[in-house]
Amino acid sequence: MAEAQKDDEILGKAYDAKLMRRLLQYVKPYKKYVIIAILMNILVAALGPVRPYLTKIAFDENIKNGDFHGLLIICGILLASLILQAAIQYFLTYYTELMGQKIVYDLRVQIFSHVQKLALRYFDKTPVGRTVTRVTNDVDSLNEMFSSGIVSVFSDIFVIVWIFIFMFAMAWDLSLVTLAVMPVLIYATFLFRKKVREIYRDVRLHLARLNSYMQERVTGMNVVQIFSKEKDEFQKFTAINNDNKVVNIKSIFYYAVFFPAVEMLSVISIALIIWYGGGEVIQSRLTVGVLIAFFQYTEMFWRPVRDLSEKYNILQTAMASSERIFKLLDDETIIKNPDKPAQLPAVLGEIEFKDVWFAYNPEDYVLRNVSFSISPGETIAIVGATGAGKTSIINILTRFYDIAKGSITLDGIDIRNLDMRDLRRYISIVLQDVFLFSGTIKSNINLGNEKITDEQIIEAAKTVGAHKFISQLPNGYEEIVKEKGATLSVGQKQLISFARALAYNPQILILDEATSSVDTETEQLIQHAIEKLLVGRTSIVIAHRLSTIQNADKILVMHKGELKEIGTHQELLAKRGIYYRLYQLQYKDQEIRQSIA
Amino acid sequence: MFRNLAHLKKYFIRYKTKLVLGIIFILGSNLANVYIPINVMQSIDSFSKQLDIQVIVNLVILLLIAATISNVFRFFIRQTIIVVSREIEFDLRQDFWTHIQKLPLRFFQNNSTGNIMSHATNDIAAVRMYVGPAVMYTIDNGIKFILTFAVMISLSPILTLYALLPLPLLSFVVYFVMKKMHVKYTRIQEKISDLTTKAQESFSGIRVIKSYEREDHEIKEYTKESAEYLNRKMDQVKLQAMFMPVFFMIAGLSAIIVVLTGGNMVINKTLSIGVIVAFMLFLVDLIWPMISFGWVANMIQQADASMKRLLKIFNEPYEISNEDTDYSMQEIKGDIEFKNVSFRYSENLPWILKNLNFKIKHGQTIAFVGHTGVGKTSLINLLPRLYDVTEGQVKIDGHDVRKIPLEVLRKNIGLVPQEAFLFSDTLEKNILYGLETENQSLVDKVSGISQLSKDVDSFPLGYQTILGERGITLSGGQKQRSTLARALAVDPKILILDDSFSAVDTNTEEEILKKLKDFMNDRTSIIISHRISTVKDSDKIFVIDQGEIVEEGNHEELVAKGGIYSDLNTKQLLEKELLEMN
Repeated sequence: MAEAQKDDEILGKAYDAKLMRRLLQYVKPYKKYVIIAILMNILVAALGPVRPYLTKIAFDENIKNGDFHGLLIICGILLASLILQAAIQYFLTYYTELMGQKIVYDLRVQIFSHVQKLALRYFDKTPVGRTVTRVTNDVDSLNEMFSSGIVSVFSDIFVIVWIFIFMFAMAWDLSLVTLAVMPVLIYATFLFRKKVREIYRDVRLHLARLNSYMQERVTGMNVVQIFSKEKDEFQKFTAINNDNKVVNIKSIFYYAVFFPAVEMLSVISIALIIWYGGGEVIQSRLTVGVLIAFFQYTEMFWRPVRDLSEKYNILQTAMASSERIFKLLDDETIIKNPDKPAQLPAVLGEIEFKDVWFAYNPEDYVLRNVSFSISPGETIAIVGATGAGKTSIINILTRFYDIAKGSITLDGIDIRNLDMRDLRRYISIVLQDVFLFSGTIKSNINLGNEKITDEQIIEAAKTVGAHKFISQLPNGYEEIVKEKGATLSVGQKQLISFARALAYNPQILILDEATSSVDTETEQLIQHAIEKLLVGRTSIVIAHRLSTIQNADKILVMHKGELKEIGTHQELLAKRGIYYRLYQLQYKDQEIRQSIA
Repeated sequence: MFRNLAHLKKYFIRYKTKLVLGIIFILGSNLANVYIPINVMQSIDSFSKQLDIQVIVNLVILLLIAATISNVFRFFIRQTIIVVSREIEFDLRQDFWTHIQKLPLRFFQNNSTGNIMSHATNDIAAVRMYVGPAVMYTIDNGIKFILTFAVMISLSPILTLYALLPLPLLSFVVYFVMKKMHVKYTRIQEKISDLTTKAQESFSGIRVIKSYEREDHEIKEYTKESAEYLNRKMDQVKLQAMFMPVFFMIAGLSAIIVVLTGGNMVINKTLSIGVIVAFMLFLVDLIWPMISFGWVANMIQQADASMKRLLKIFNEPYEISNEDTDYSMQEIKGDIEFKNVSFRYSENLPWILKNLNFKIKHGQTIAFVGHTGVGKTSLINLLPRLYDVTEGQVKIDGHDVRKIPLEVLRKNIGLVPQEAFLFSDTLEKNILYGLETENQSLVDKVSGISQLSKDVDSFPLGYQTILGERGITLSGGQKQRSTLARALAVDPKILILDDSFSAVDTNTEEEILKKLKDFMNDRTSIIISHRISTVKDSDKIFVIDQGEIVEEGNHEELVAKGGIYSDLNTKQLLEKELLEMN
């Protein structure tokens, strides 16, 4: 956990060749876009710098010579270049964004698909929120790199190159004088970025401190109030809040210095042009038009320089994100499907556990040497105290986890030799906590399986007794399920999950009975539904209902990870062992209630 | 229009000197700045007059002086107005926190931590953006526009008219695009939220998905959602990509018009070249105010919505009032009486406690037993006034708790809540939380009673071990024992244990109870528990069901009675038996 948390704080170098190479693999399908984008960038980069040059011609040749017709033509060309630039810029922005979004789309789907295939062990150790962050925030920061990072670097560099070309072509000596401030500008910009980066690290740190302080106090406000610590806490809060303010005010300083400084540098450039260029103009070695063009170039230079300096941050964030993403994609916590899966022509449903050992964490066995067999069509109930290993039995039967030692066979074939898809198709599980997806009642019963017809859905719902309440809903089976079914009662949710299992018509059914108490009427509905569910198939039930254990063909009594007793209800009671006590503890009350009812 | 933001007046007044200075700096900076194009114009026009180079040098010096003045002022603008925005943010947050701390438990139960935090961070940040950048740009751009416009008119009214012709179009485009963007942006946000929800759901429901072999279906659904997101995003990009090109185009159009019409005027000898150059420079200055107009308007709207949310919190009532407080009461002995106490969380919710009547003498140990949700925690919350009764009276030493000064009341009650909450600080600081001073012997003493010492000995840093995110994670039992030590450290007259040993094993619990006995000698203790072993030695046990006392007596009496308590007792004996079986 601590290590995983470190993951989120990765903020390393801005460029990592290995990561970059791997990232570029995702660009490959869009090579065409990249090439076109770069070519267009080179072209469009010239359109900006050409205009001051055209302006120079307008001043020096048309206006000076009183040639209004020529001026009109030049202005027409200026306008054309302006429109062309805008148009190309538009398409360029659109296509680079499209490329970035497509790459991100590919990645998103790839990550999601990968996660879907991961074994439950992965989900045990990773909070859902962290995995979600990978397909949201991390992917987004890569998008920023792809759509505004890579390609526009070319654009920025070429704009600078074109400006150089035009300036030197017009007046190399004035160019040198004008560009004298450029090293200062570039240095100032990158220094500012560096300073801002540093101060923002502090700003983030203080903000995080402030937020986690508040978060903790809001969560534990009753403790603060019970101990009457409001005054002390307020003092602490004031100190943290003040630190936050101070560091922010410090960051203002950099902005307050930098932007005026850039402005100042641009005026110094203008001053240099007037001072040096003015002298040259007076001596007729230069024209006024050149000066005017140079004024415009000083304005133009600053944007690409600033853009380039921002690339560092984008790259750094993207590298950190890609590192996290690749780490997830490289996570191989999967249950392996056999290369040549065995085929079962028809599933009978005979299950055998043979000397099964199982641990979630190495060596920490939760199931020890468990052996039992179930004949086709039998219903067995598993009982035991909390932590006895009941849930683990169903977890390994469906290969959510693989066992450490021993074997589990279905119709005589080790389940590890079966295709996992087949295995899970034969077996349906009804979990204790009903999980409803957002969607409709219908989509929650068929889980999006188009092969299950509406008739089958209704049939299943009727059989488990859910049809009545569903058809009373305003939209019936099309009723939208909100927030994990918040509008449905506990009993209704259970009936839906029963219908779900039944609609899939499995050969083997696993049922983890819910312990939550429901009213008598619902209880009867559920009991009735369970009876219907178990008919005609091999069934394993983690039982909390007396009626279920009484109807079972066999009862397995789990105790501290071991199978301690097997038998029918009467046999086990007569034994006066673990089951006898469990019965008195958990089921006897129900017997009393049953006899009253 | 933005009446919510009007509430910020008192903060603005607090920093009026700095704000007024800031406005003066803005004025000064813009005055100096507007001179720069004029200066350049003079230089350009002087070239043709074949003047001495010294004239140009003088002009260049003036140019640099003006630029220096303008930019020094610019530095001070940020140092005043933006700094004030941080000051106000600080004040706002201080006020927010002062208020939050006084709000009753009810508020924290009705509002999620995430929700409250979003007000404390996002909303305050949005308001700060208004106070700082939005105010600065509005004033700055307003002044800049008026000054530049005035100078342009004075130089050439006709050229001004031509030059500014496309600019209203720019404002319009910004406004129009922003408005449309908002709609598209909302549509994207919707999809982002769908995508996140889908991922969240698919990852949390993974067991069901795997059970029914629905992975491929989920992937298909997610792919569909992703594609839809891509479409909506590109739909927005279609518009957004227009923004910069169009804006450069309109700005460029202005410049071309200036060159064309200005050039024509120069040809007709009604204008000097310098004026054209000055106009080109003025245009650069004017474009930003035109664009920022739409941006700032948007910022102000958001700030107003955020301020509205903040005001809602500021208007939350404190509930626990001090009106009838009798400040002469500074001591508490520990006699407790519940007189016809009824309680419910709000008028439309069912009663949690119904007409409870009982008395506890100081020095006694009393236990409450019952199923989850029968009102045990609600009952003890009434003592330190985390909630007030709906009907009836809770009395301590014969006085209604509402008359006892809140601080005195709470300082004398040591409550160990159900959920063991510790701060991310050292263990020692957590134990001594209720005190102002350090006191090692006290830490040792209370840790001894709560059976924490042995655990602490195994920590390399002992009591200086930092807990929580940045430190170690204690086990459930260790946490509970630490919160017990914390409650004991304040030397309470009344100790309340709300199911505080649920994660502590029975042997350790027995030890703690034994040691507590001495400590609690002349104090009142109230124990809530599901475990018979915890409560069996109490002087009196109350069994609560559906908000009422249904059984009372000591352990032996209640077992003999054969009711809920005796049933619970039998079951726990069985459980113990089962646990010991092999």
